[in-house]
Amino acid sequence: MFKMNAEKDFHSEATTDAKKTPKRIAFIKERTAARVKKEDEEMVMTFPNLVLKEVIAFEMLVIVLAVISLAFDAPLEWIANPEHTPNPAKAPWYFLGLQELLHYFPPVVGGVILPALAVVALIVIPYFKINLKQEGLWKESRKQTLMVLLLSVGLVVVFLLAFKVYAMLIPTLFVTAFMLVPYFSKRQNGFTGWLGTRPLSWWVMTWFVTIVIVLTMIGTLFRGPEWSWTWPWEGVY
Amino acid sequence: MRTFFEQLFRSQVWRSVFRHGLPESNRTRAEAIFFNFFLHVHPTKVRKRSVRFNYTWGLGGLSFGLFIILTVTGALLMLYYRPSAPQAYWDMKDLQFVVSSGQFLRNMHRWAAHAMVAVVFLHMLRVFYTGSYRPPKEFNWVIGVVLLVATILLSYTGYLLPWDQLAFWGISVGTNMARAMPFGIGEKISFLLLGGNIVGENALVRFYVLHCFILPVAAMVLMGIHFWRVRKDGGV
Repeated sequence: MFKMNAEKDFHSEATTDAKKTPKRIAFIKERTAARVKKEDEEMVMTFPNLVLKEVIAFEMLVIVLAVISLAFDAPLEWIANPEHTPNPAKAPWYFLGLQELLHYFPPVVGGVILPALAVVALIVIPYFKINLKQEGLWKESRKQTLMVLLLSVGLVVVFLLAFKVYAMLIPTLFVTAFMLVPYFSKRQNGFTGWLGTRPLSWWVMTWFVTIVIVLTMIGTLFRGPEWSWTWPWEGVY
Repeated sequence: MRTFFEQLFRSQVWRSVFRHGLPESNRTRAEAIFFNFFLHVHPTKVRKRSVRFNYTWGLGGLSFGLFIILTVTGALLMLYYRPSAPQAYWDMKDLQFVVSSGQFLRNMHRWAAHAMVAVVFLHMLRVFYTGSYRPPKEFNWVIGVVLLVATILLSYTGYLLPWDQLAFWGISVGTNMARAMPFGIGEKISFLLLGGNIVGENALVRFYVLHCFILPVAAMVLMGIHFWRVRKDGGV
């Protein structure tokens, strides 16, 4: 069939999944990536093009931090006193979203299940085909997509209503509204067109980030004594 | 002056440290990268596109920069700090009023720590929205998520060390959250972390060791793998 060289300058492989792809044999020259290469990109020398930028970025970082450190002092309150509980007792800002969750849900749900789910969900992102797809949410089977979407959002809304979590309910409805825009509008250009090209993974991440930001902001700026709602101008606790 | 430097760069001592000549040709520019222990994590040539600032916003590099700043300021702070109660708090007061630039040092460490949590999170968002977790980079994304958790834990363990009201109650609230884990696992983990049932002197020592040794070493190893894989997968 093929005349083989003594040195054999290629190796062959064949796909086994005949259902998915028609039988084919590929000959790949050694030391070439099997991936399809885009057109050759313009390259530049790392030194000095990249190294210089890195050095400048680091110097800017040090300068900005030094200026901030000259202007603002790190907080230091009275010595730790287990007898005197501040009201409210707050965790560091990056945990205030979690603390806000604990306000709504029982400790196991708010403090363990939901944060664990969030971390696991982040970890598994690249292992699901659906997250690798770059096609817009409404690209195909629009009716079916709409039904699945409304059903899932409906379940989330019922869950949030059961615990009266309006702080998560409102952002959820907000993001859903934006998701639905490309379904009702056929416009291909501008903001609507751009929304139409967003894949499912984009929407889920955007929803997650919106919730994280909203909860952290509420916990940081809008919660006072007994975790009651306080406006920032009434004092930040 | 010029001849002095020319002679210096040509001298045997200089060339024993930097084996390549001055980076005047593409050959020596490439050598400046791959003969250098610190720079050889980079390829000698990079895509013009990936050097553009608004391609990555430099967020990964800035996270690493913040880690370096935190290591340096942290090591200096360790010189003035004893992890025992109530001495830890008086050392804070000494940093504020006695040590030269002590307050500045602490400010720098504090603000860099807050910035690092934010910048690492933003880096994750950038990687997600540019789809950079796609194969073959799946596992590097996983390492990145673990590094985000490590960053938060580093910041959180450091939060207790000043031993003021903010520290004490911030950590009490946090470890109470951990206690909610079912089947008594939460209590066990909280006991292990605190060395007791409440936040006390044992907790201070444990958080100190976690903050200054265990977590930074773990983070450094993970960062090494993270950067190495970025390079192997065709990045900068």
